[in-house]
Amino acid sequence: MTNTMTLQALAQDDRLDPAKAAVEITAVNKWYGEFHVLRDINLTVRRGERIVICGPSGSGKSTMIRCINRLEQHQSGTIVVDGIELSNDLKKIDDVRREVGMVFQHFNLFPHLTILQNCMLAPIWVRKMPESEAKELAMHFLEKVRIPDQAHKFPGQLSGGQQQRVAIARSLCMKPRLMLFDEPTSALDPEMIKEVLDTMIELAEEGMTMLCVTHEMGFAQAVADRVIFMDQGQIIEQNEPKAFFSAPQSERTRTFLGQILGH
Amino acid sequence: MNMHNVSWVRQDMVSPSARPDRQNGRLEWTRKNLFNGWVSTFLTLASVAAILWLAVAVAPWLGNSVWQATSLAECRQLLDGAPGACWAVIRDRWPQLLFGFYPPHLYWRPVLAFALLFAAFAPVLFRSPPARALWFSAVYPGIAYWLIWGGSLWFPTAVYLGFAVAVGLISLSARISHGFAISVAILGAVLWWLYAVEPLTSTANALLPITLDVVASRDIGGFLLSIVIGVTGIAMSLPLGILLALGRRSSLPLIHLLSVVFIEFIRGVPLITLLFTASLLLNYFLPPGTNFDLILRVVIMVTLFASAYMAEVIRGGLAALPRGQYEAAEALGLDYWKAQRLVILPQALKISIPGIVNSFIGLFKDTTLVMFIGLLDPIALAAAIRANTNWQGIYWELFIFIGAVFFVFCFGMSRYSMYLERRLKTDHR
Ligand SMILES: Nc1ncnc2c1ncn2[C@@H]1O[C@H](COP(=O)(O)OP(=O)(O)OP(=O)(O)O)[C@@H](O)[C@H]1O
Ligand SMILES: [Mg+2]
Repeated sequence: MTNTMTLQALAQDDRLDPAKAAVEITAVNKWYGEFHVLRDINLTVRRGERIVICGPSGSGKSTMIRCINRLEQHQSGTIVVDGIELSNDLKKIDDVRREVGMVFQHFNLFPHLTILQNCMLAPIWVRKMPESEAKELAMHFLEKVRIPDQAHKFPGQLSGGQQQRVAIARSLCMKPRLMLFDEPTSALDPEMIKEVLDTMIELAEEGMTMLCVTHEMGFAQAVADRVIFMDQGQIIEQNEPKAFFSAPQSERTRTFLGQILGH
Repeated sequence: MNMHNVSWVRQDMVSPSARPDRQNGRLEWTRKNLFNGWVSTFLTLASVAAILWLAVAVAPWLGNSVWQATSLAECRQLLDGAPGACWAVIRDRWPQLLFGFYPPHLYWRPVLAFALLFAAFAPVLFRSPPARALWFSAVYPGIAYWLIWGGSLWFPTAVYLGFAVAVGLISLSARISHGFAISVAILGAVLWWLYAVEPLTSTANALLPITLDVVASRDIGGFLLSIVIGVTGIAMSLPLGILLALGRRSSLPLIHLLSVVFIEFIRGVPLITLLFTASLLLNYFLPPGTNFDLILRVVIMVTLFASAYMAEVIRGGLAALPRGQYEAAEALGLDYWKAQRLVILPQALKISIPGIVNSFIGLFKDTTLVMFIGLLDPIALAAAIRANTNWQGIYWELFIFIGAVFFVFCFGMSRYSMYLERRLKTDHR
């Protein structure tokens, strides 16, 4: 494992080096009150790596990836994102959030803004981009997720799949170096799941670093470099997809895979 | 068709046809809504009877209205024993009901201020207000003050310069720290208002006098007073209420505690108590000799009172937003204030519109309470008019008129809020 201190010291020069870590989680523990939700998590994500995280409900998958952009706070251990260590320093948190995009299960589009405004909001107010440039950028990414013709509608007028693709475009407008997905397809009907997964696969093929909590095992097999299995707040097993699915090592993993693939 | 087989395929399509007549006729509507069972029939008949009785009772009184008379006695003479309304009192005294004892030759000043009020509110009507309109809204309070109270134009100008001082201090000390800059700015502005406004006004006025005749606060009354208190209270209680609501939801313990104590204290005390505090007690606390205008004190109290209610209404709106909205805003890198301003408040305020307008209407009607501390609101003026021998004994006409004017304002606000809700409805639920 790379040494955290050297990583930070070299952060400036390191930023474009693909061999270096995008995320480095070291010995992280987190509690909700007395409940020990994350237990000794260690995980390094290299630039350009695609990671799929799975595990039973309540195993702490969401909590773990939400710690990466500080939507949740961890109590011990270190999380270094793109060379920035997360602490209570608000400025550093903002720096990290600028570089990390997140897509939620329930889309969380802003219902009072049009699709286009949803996408332009952060570039204008966080990146201080001029409006015309932000609009161009937004249209570019809306085209990429194949919904440019809906740009002036409101989120409530779109189907779930379309809304989730807008949410992806909205994150991409910030030109993130890392994308977090928290069960992006589990609130969708089957025929919409495919359109969202296709968008995500495209993104993966372009070399985006991705951490994705999902139970879409087809997606995991197609794009993941690594699959991580979590249970009871711990990482139980990780492997490349082929080995993970064909020869799971742990008993828990076998049971879990049996449950979700079995029927 | 044969439904007993499991497999079945439709052979001929059914084309749409008109709805049966019996179900959408007017007769059907009446039967369903007015005479649906004996309870409903009884209620319908009773209501019709009540309306008829009221009409029969009031019609002759309204029908025999007297508009031309100089005293109640003359009215009675003209009516000659028949029941009738004596609207002549309104005709005789309406300027007083509108302006109190404001000097009649200066009526144009409050009227102009009232007309400009609509220009100042114009930005609210537009989706994206032009910058120039916002500037006018910002300077309007100064202009309105100058028009209504008169005096030197340099006085409101000097007060406004206090804000410029605050902004200047913020930009000077912002590099040191955020909180420090704000404290310095507030301190600087307060010192400016306490010590620089007076001398600056008199110096500037000596060099270049731009003055209007001074009108004392005790001469301002009637609906002019209600509108001054109501509009200022409304305009200031909304931002204050927003800050209090955010404070109450804040994770900083001190700010949370202060907001809760303020809101609960103000809500727990009757407005009339606060008004008496404003009129009597403040005199003890303020240094002797300070001339702190009574209307200003009342405006401050009314604003504080309304903002506590406003805060709770807005807190309801904030609580109604799903957590995902906060999280999405944070994940995009928006800081607290930007997230509030761009994502959270637009939605929370929209949800709270009915409650906010409810508070506005309540505040506007509560302005009549100022009569108890000796200010001449329309109700107090009605009493003053009755005290005159000419109009002794007249009640209904004055109160109906005052009630009608209040109704027009409040109904206007209510309709505007409904329009606003419809216009802002973008969630397509
Ligand atoms: N704010 C909270 N306060 C207390 N407990 C929480 C909170 N959020 C989550 N938990 C608990 O922490 C555990 C992990 O939650 P988390 O949402 O990370 O699970 P998950 O693996 O994402 O599950 P799912 O597949 O259902 O989304 C759960 O047992 C949950 O009940
Ligand atoms: Mg989850």
